[in-house]
Amino acid sequence: MAISRICVIGAGTIGSLYAGHLASVCEVSVLTRRSEHAAMLREHGLAISGKHERHVELFATAEPAELPRFDVGIIACKALDLELTASRLAGQAAGAAMMTVQNGLGAETVLARHGAWPIISAVTFMSGIRHSDVHVEYELDTETWMGPWAGTATPYELVAELAALMISAGLQAEAMADLLPAQWSKLIFNSAINTVAALTGLPHVGLFAQEREFGDLGLLVHGLIDEGVAVAAAAGVSLHEDPWEMNVLAVARGETAHSDYAHRPSMLEDVVAQRPTEVEFITGALVREAARVGVEVPLSTAMYRLVRAREASWAPSVAGAVV
Amino acid sequence: MGAERRRGGGLSMRVCIVGCGAVGGLFAAHLATLEDVEVWAYDVVAEHVAAINAAGLRLTGRAEILATVNARTDPAEIPPCQFGIVATKAMFTERAIAECAGVFVDGAVCSVQNGVGNEELIAEHVSRVIRGTTFPAGHVVAPGVVAMDTGGDTWIGPFEDRPASADEIERLAQALTRGGMPTVALADARGAQWTKLIFNAASNPLGALTGLTHGRLCELPATRELIRGLVREGVAVAESLGITLDSDPDELIDHAAEVAYDHRSSMLQDALAHRRTEIDVLNGGIVAFGAQTGTPTPLNEAIVALIAGMEHGWDSQPPGEGR
Repeated sequence: MAISRICVIGAGTIGSLYAGHLASVCEVSVLTRRSEHAAMLREHGLAISGKHERHVELFATAEPAELPRFDVGIIACKALDLELTASRLAGQAAGAAMMTVQNGLGAETVLARHGAWPIISAVTFMSGIRHSDVHVEYELDTETWMGPWAGTATPYELVAELAALMISAGLQAEAMADLLPAQWSKLIFNSAINTVAALTGLPHVGLFAQEREFGDLGLLVHGLIDEGVAVAAAAGVSLHEDPWEMNVLAVARGETAHSDYAHRPSMLEDVVAQRPTEVEFITGALVREAARVGVEVPLSTAMYRLVRAREASWAPSVAGAVV
Repeated sequence: MGAERRRGGGLSMRVCIVGCGAVGGLFAAHLATLEDVEVWAYDVVAEHVAAINAAGLRLTGRAEILATVNARTDPAEIPPCQFGIVATKAMFTERAIAECAGVFVDGAVCSVQNGVGNEELIAEHVSRVIRGTTFPAGHVVAPGVVAMDTGGDTWIGPFEDRPASADEIERLAQALTRGGMPTVALADARGAQWTKLIFNAASNPLGALTGLTHGRLCELPATRELIRGLVREGVAVAESLGITLDSDPDELIDHAAEVAYDHRSSMLQDALAHRRTEIDVLNGGIVAFGAQTGTPTPLNEAIVALIAGMEHGWDSQPPGEGR
């Protein structure tokens, strides 16, 4: 199967980065949530700045029925919006494969409830800054890892072809026969970095890896990561990368070493904007998995509770759901 | 011995309040109502000191007092005093007592500050130290004006390493009680101090991290459970030190949820104003004493790291209000 038509579903920061790059190598359509957003994209195209400079024309709509046929759909909405997004796709795009890039665990299962598409699991480390509906800055030009989801008979060859297409478009991508080890590496990394950033207000700075003396933030980050590693081991997952080394590497990079340029994890952005966070899908998923495999995770549980309580401070209705 | 014997005209004691802010102001004003007590105050805020000397120290709220207090920014201008009451924020203890040591060459100095570890610092500069814990609270309304927000008892007893005499402690307790601040002299004041410490350490930082009032923190099962975990660690450290608590901190927490549902913890107020918190002598104190006895305190350590990280972030942002 030759992939020549891609549909990006959800044109936030990550979705826009995929669309803006892939449109230079294949036909790209975009499904937005807001019709004004789709109109802006049809009129002005999509501009990428930062690590790469691109300006592409593409078709965009807010109506799933108006989408042209496509070979692969990249579902790039937030984890919180996945249920709604997947339900809008139900009955559409027969014959296409779908790739999920949501943070945390469980996106594939949610999507599979709404259609029989072959599913590709993916995690991405890319990040960007959304300047407008039609302009996104490419901040961290890091990889997307992808693999066939075990729940559907997705051929590895399709994943490899998609990865190759992304690389030809200038993105970093890697196809893997089994994504679980990578997905868990990112889950553990994300859970620690996002919750610490959200609660302290700090971007991902060097302090996250500093463990010189008592009270240093790196000790807490390391403790959280150790808990996650223990859960993965008990769940029978061998990690793709050591999440602590990922953390050390990330803060050592030029982009994040100085606080002025430090990456602001999405959970920090959500807390600052007083939006619901993805903590339920990230740390919540980790805590539930820990309970399932019988591993104690007191620090992760504390972070999960604190972020949920923080959400409750601006959204009283969330309170009832807190465990 | 009773106060009766000591009454009977003339000056019976000279007291210097070190740090005449909210709590120090409560002690200064109440003591100054006694004819036989001369009250001096050391404070670094020149405007506050000038206002006290010009128009007296005014207490509003739960107590209406206009007190004559001799306030100074230069300790060299303060005569030798029989008693000192240190009421600075904990991070200023060392500097303040070093400055004022000459005032207490033949005096006994009592800490009424938050947390643990203040007496140890005071004892490096004066020979007789009193361990104190106080519940009354207030806030500085304007230079020379302090509002008394809550009443309550004060407990004082010898600091074990460099103790004041039982007679001195009794005299101070009598004077404070006569002045309108009910004070209990104890042979061992550690139980009272650790009860308040554990209460504060389990609740204050959670307010700062989540933005929730005390009542809401206790209402949400997630944060109530986290409070319980923090209390459990604090109680274990107290037990390892051979300290018998006054009362169950968990019960105090629930009681406070009823009587002070809307209370925003002082640390939450500090966080909102970007003022340095007292985390080092609260949760940091529990961790430090726990380390001495080999008692694990992982949750308290996590809280210290989060608050320290939060404070670190303020350094790179415009300074908040306060001093």
